[in-house]
Amino acid sequence: MSAAGTTSVAPPVVSAAASDKAPGQRSLPWLMSAPAILLCTVMLLVPLVLTFVLSFNAYDAETGPKAGTFTLEHYAAVLTDPYYYGIFWRTLWISGLVTLICIVVGAPEAWILNRMRKPWRSIMLLVVLAPLMISVVVRAFGWSMLLGPEGLINGTLVALGFAKVKLLYTETAIVIALVHVMLPFMVIPVWTSLQKLDGGVANAALSLGASPVTVLRRIVLPQIMPGILSGSLIVFGLSASSFAIPGLLGGRRLKMMATIIYDEYLHELNWPLGAAIALLLLVANLVIMLGWNRMIERRYKKALG
Amino acid sequence: MSFLTLTNVSKFYGDTQAVSGFNLTVEKGEFISLLGPSGCGKTTTLQMIAGFEAVSGGRIELDGRDITHAKPNTRGLGIVFQTYALFPHMTVEQNVAFGLEMRKCGAAEKRDRVAQALSLVHLEKHGARYPRELSGGQRQRVALARALVIAPPVLLLDEPLSNLDAKLREEMQFELRDIQRKVGTTTIMVTHDQSEAMSISDRVVVMEAGHITQVGRPLNVYEHPANRFISTFVGKANLLEGQVVGAAGERADIAVGGMMLSLESTDTGLRGGGRVVLGLRPEKIRCTAPGQGRCNGEVVRRFFLGSQWMYEVETPLGLLSVLSANDGAEALEQGAAVGLAWSDYSLRLVSTARSDEGVAA
Repeated sequence: MSAAGTTSVAPPVVSAAASDKAPGQRSLPWLMSAPAILLCTVMLLVPLVLTFVLSFNAYDAETGPKAGTFTLEHYAAVLTDPYYYGIFWRTLWISGLVTLICIVVGAPEAWILNRMRKPWRSIMLLVVLAPLMISVVVRAFGWSMLLGPEGLINGTLVALGFAKVKLLYTETAIVIALVHVMLPFMVIPVWTSLQKLDGGVANAALSLGASPVTVLRRIVLPQIMPGILSGSLIVFGLSASSFAIPGLLGGRRLKMMATIIYDEYLHELNWPLGAAIALLLLVANLVIMLGWNRMIERRYKKALG
Repeated sequence: MSFLTLTNVSKFYGDTQAVSGFNLTVEKGEFISLLGPSGCGKTTTLQMIAGFEAVSGGRIELDGRDITHAKPNTRGLGIVFQTYALFPHMTVEQNVAFGLEMRKCGAAEKRDRVAQALSLVHLEKHGARYPRELSGGQRQRVALARALVIAPPVLLLDEPLSNLDAKLREEMQFELRDIQRKVGTTTIMVTHDQSEAMSISDRVVVMEAGHITQVGRPLNVYEHPANRFISTFVGKANLLEGQVVGAAGERADIAVGGMMLSLESTDTGLRGGGRVVLGLRPEKIRCTAPGQGRCNGEVVRRFFLGSQWMYEVETPLGLLSVLSANDGAEALEQGAAVGLAWSDYSLRLVSTARSDEGVAA
């Protein structure tokens, strides 16, 4: 749901020149973007408004949500209950940690990928993108088989004479699987910004006496920072709203935001409360991501245009 | 004592030979151009001097130190790249200061030297700008300032002016030369533009297919091209193929297209009956009244070049290009009959049968 926060609908651009033209021509940009606008309205805006309205409706355990009523009790319930704070906090730190690991793993991965020779580069890119081609549910089950008590990892540990480790249904399992899913979203933007890099720039720095490490730190890193930062926006947003992986690898007790929303809707049948949590997640995500984005822009806009 | 010495330097990519047997000694303060068509190995040679390409064989020595296999960041050379390769995320000042920072230069000295380098290239007022806010010519100057501020023993220029428009390129040529004279840095420039190489260098090194084919002062290379390729690559030339009829001392008589031409040549290898190629520069030919020159011809086409007219004249020797100054005299019409004259020493022996098109004769 909160992935909606990252999708912005740009209004059709009507240039000064176009506004001088005949009315028929002026409406052309609108006509051409009509399908996209329609899609966004029906699939995104309408459900969002319905959810927004629903979150203020009163709920009765016997009859369900009462349309046309207004109450703030769901928001009050969420914001006063430490149980929800715990889930908020877990979602925040897991998403943050996943983002951090994706940066640490993904940026060097993109850099190595960019330096590979012709056939290997496309092959390795395919390997990086492969997780995107498999259903997230299948990947989650794959990880649960690997991480489970009788899984490959514990099997190896036992065979080597170590004690079993509880991995499945822990936060560790969620982080591992999320990193696996999210890595392409970090590698691709970083790779794109690496490709814009002029190869001569690194040589220029070398010729001026910089060591290879200094070249990476002072020349390459600042230039791929926009890629890293936009990658981290995507990874954070998708992690914070991820459902299948925490649902399947976190088990019944380790809840994240998306799974608690699911529970409220489908197990408790308290739709208004679910809607309230969903909107709080959306707002929290928006605040964090917009703040992050502003910080980036202020820092790098001037230098990198 | 020579300052930079390349001894038998070669570069192979697998079986492909990019540069081979490259021998050159450069004196301190000299401005050398590596001139040649694309793919002749000139850029590869520069990259080897810079250390970005590994040397397959031979030695490179700088001021007595063997730098053949030294890392590029230990050579301390100043390099201006074809794409300028400025650091886009740094201001002009930061770009220029980078090399000094790497040398752990003090803040005050750094400030002074950056200001000095920027004033050398007339960019004092642009220090706080970013590269993308500058014009092509200004970026070029920043790249030059950045390379010179570290006071490198050798400055390497890789096609430095090829991304500039014609007028700016001409201005920058002279400015580059002025700056080089002022600073006195030994400079090696790679270029495919013969007029650029001619106008600014002390010596020109002509390269073809990985080999040096001629080294010499610009005037010398122009007047005495070592082979057929150079005679047409460096400036324009009419090539006349003929047969040696008689040779004695420094003179030879050559039969070309039914005409007898006399040649002043120090080449003692000319034998009667041998085939030779002669070169005659278009600007060395004078137009005269018909019947008064060495041969007669008819203007087939004419081109107006501003300061000059170029005529293509059909003659018994073949189609000759003739350059004539636009000096106020009336230009020849198409189809006009004309006499052509030139002095004996304008005719050059370009190649003989035994070293046709080959390595330096």
